[in-house]
Amino acid sequence: MMNSSAAAGAAVEVRGLSVVRGGRPVLHGLDLTVATGSVTGLLGPSGCGKTTLLRSVVGVQKTAAGEVTVLGRPAGSPELRDRVGYVTQAPSVYADLGIGANLRYFAEVLGAPRTDPARVLEQVGLAGREKDLVGQLSGGQRARVSLAAALLGSPRLLVLDEPTVGLDPVLRQDLWQLFHRLAADGVTLLVSSHVMDEAARCTRLLLMRDGRMLADDTPTGLLAATGAPDVETAFLKLVSGFDREAPGRTDADVPRRPDVEAPRRTDAQESR
Amino acid sequence: MNLRRTLATARRVLLQLRNDPRTVAMLLVVPCVLILLLKYVFDGSPQVFDSIGAPMLGIFPMIVMFLVTAVATLRERTSGTLERLLTMPLGKLDLLLGYALAFGLVALVQGVLAFGLTVGLLGLDIAGPSWALLAVAVADGVLGMALGLFVSAFAATEFQAVQFMPAFLLPQLLLCGLFTPRAEMGTLLRWISDVLPLSYAVDAMDKLTHQSGFGGGVAVDLGVVLGCTLLALALGAATLRRRTA
Repeated sequence: MMNSSAAAGAAVEVRGLSVVRGGRPVLHGLDLTVATGSVTGLLGPSGCGKTTLLRSVVGVQKTAAGEVTVLGRPAGSPELRDRVGYVTQAPSVYADLGIGANLRYFAEVLGAPRTDPARVLEQVGLAGREKDLVGQLSGGQRARVSLAAALLGSPRLLVLDEPTVGLDPVLRQDLWQLFHRLAADGVTLLVSSHVMDEAARCTRLLLMRDGRMLADDTPTGLLAATGAPDVETAFLKLVSGFDREAPGRTDADVPRRPDVEAPRRTDAQESR
Repeated sequence: MNLRRTLATARRVLLQLRNDPRTVAMLLVVPCVLILLLKYVFDGSPQVFDSIGAPMLGIFPMIVMFLVTAVATLRERTSGTLERLLTMPLGKLDLLLGYALAFGLVALVQGVLAFGLTVGLLGLDIAGPSWALLAVAVADGVLGMALGLFVSAFAATEFQAVQFMPAFLLPQLLLCGLFTPRAEMGTLLRWISDVLPLSYAVDAMDKLTHQSGFGGGVAVDLGVVLGCTLLALALGAATLRRRTA
């Protein structure tokens, strides 16, 4: 399942990445590749280690083992700081400043052109709102200001942690169109989400659970391999197979029908 | 370190302050009100105001600057903007010096106001030159700012940051020589007092109160205060980590 063009055109290469947080292992020797110019979706339930993986790619996460190479350099290298844009899950902008003042400051730190704030505001659909105070915006608007700040200086890699959470369907569609326009220009996007229906909008999918990679495939490849009608079902099928193969499970010899749904789903249905 | 990024950071911090007029008002007015209170609490014995007015001119702005800076930097950490900045080409020192410039400017305005009130309106009578009094008052405010920047590294929440005031500043206040002359303290307390920056701030103010001219002693004390400011800024930069657990 490994991407064959890994070595040549990889924007991100992760080899044997392990992360331990607070004495608890969060990532268990991950291997993955993100191809240049792809829109790669990182999907998995909340708490599975998506944010930790993204933080490792950006170079702000302490790692226990393994290598993370970004645009040919070790993650977090000083040369990468104006080439990688990062949007954290909570909007990281100044609530007590206007939209324009936020973007002008970040542009100056990045050494981006003076015209960049207006350009990125246009891209996220907030043109002409420079004077609005960020603290008075809605959650979705604030998230878009945070995204706009990451677009400043035209980075080659965008790492986006749940960028579409809390946005209405029209805006979500607009943003995904923006992501694909950027990818067409050669920008690589690594986008996390816990909403499986966003998977179809990606050119490549990474499915994660409990700090391990379940699948690394294209959306159609994933559906073909699992015989599932949608990504959510594919994920659940992979989870049940994964649990049976995982060593050390106490209920490993409990027989399962091959078409049965994942344990979580069954529990949820019973409790209704 | 990069001048453009430092100045951009200072400008951004000042813009944030401009959007928060209540904080600015508190920053500038509170030290003046406290000094005014001090004057009238000792209305019956004016010699008390003359002897502790100058040290208080240094202490009040320092406490106020400490609190405001500690909370402001902590907000930068908790809002996620610090993490964003540290993924960008911003030096740690650029960030801290940006904060230092912005809040240093506030300390200057605050010092001038408190000085004008104390010497101009309330007629504080000191032996030394009044420009030196102003210089030490502003230096004390800047020291409070640098200490606030430094301790904010050890606070995870605003609650903790505010607690650093009694934990970090009040012992200095007790040991700085204001309540008991430092020479009369026990050896151990004297040693502790010798390594605390506020002792030198108050020593300088004491000398200006009682000695005419800008003696070498005052210059040394002022140098120690400025040295502690730079040390706190350097330690603050050292505690900023680009990679965190």
